Amino acid sequence: MANFTPISAAIGGALIGLAAVMLMRLNGRIAGITGIFAGLIEAQSTDWSWRATFVVGLVAAPLSAALIGYTVPIPQMPPSLAMIAVAGLLVGFGTRLSNGCTSGHGVCGIARFSPRSIIATGIFMAAAVIVVALTRHVVGG
Amino acid sequence: MRALASLFCGFIFGWGLFISGMIRPDKVLGFLDVLAIPSGNWDPSLAVVMAAALAVTGLGYALARRRAPLFEAQNQWPTQTVIDRPLLVGSALFGIGWGLVGLCPGPAIENLATLSPPVIIFVVAMAAGMIAYRLLETRAAASVERALATATATDG
Repeated sequence: MANFTPISAAIGGALIGLAAVMLMRLNGRIAGITGIFAGLIEAQSTDWSWRATFVVGLVAAPLSAALIGYTVPIPQMPPSLAMIAVAGLLVGFGTRLSNGCTSGHGVCGIARFSPRSIIATGIFMAAAVIVVALTRHVVGG
Repeated sequence: MRALASLFCGFIFGWGLFISGMIRPDKVLGFLDVLAIPSGNWDPSLAVVMAAALAVTGLGYALARRRAPLFEAQNQWPTQTVIDRPLLVGSALFGIGWGLVGLCPGPAIENLATLSPPVIIFVVAMAAGMIAYRLLETRAAASVERALATATATDG
């Protein structure tokens, strides 16, 4: 397990949890990125200001990290732009259909013992594991 | 105040994704690649991130449950409890997309900071997927309404 980084993972995870708890204590909202972002881009939304600032804060984090000397890596993406677009469509459509993603179901939902979120997380984890197994070990070789 | 509070929350959330390495699709894929366990190349970091996030959120939510938030009248807890087909199908579609690239919505949006063109394509496609869902949902609701109107007309 050469790539395992348990300490930074635990610190980062705790910060994610802290942000989720603060958003509930301050604004009474679930820290689900899908819901926050969807509310921004779908026209009928009325309370867009807190959503917009949350997204700004999210994007500002790695910029501030770069400012104080951290290296912010350019994300490694698959070479096929068509595949990236298809994956993006699936993520956008799927998270809206199931009403949550890794943050909304995986963290906030499971933290309040929601059976819907526990099942959703099990399914998207399993689906992703199967896709990675296929692309890395069957098709990709 | 609400906007400022959520700016701060988004910022902390972003730092969490950054420090944990979950902003990096290759690290996420390293966790999802369970077939790498026998060779010793599996990266269990994401499980630790989830565990730590759940411990803090679980405790914090338990305490938050009885208190009103500072800048809002009351907490808006999700109310849906039914395990239905959209939940199952939507989760599966999301998982497929996540496994293809290694980006879920949070890290995808956060990575816009790098101005990487493939990431921008991913986020635009993700937004298109969300809008497509909204259009289909609106149309489905309209057709249910029409069906109901017809049914009422026939009954009446």
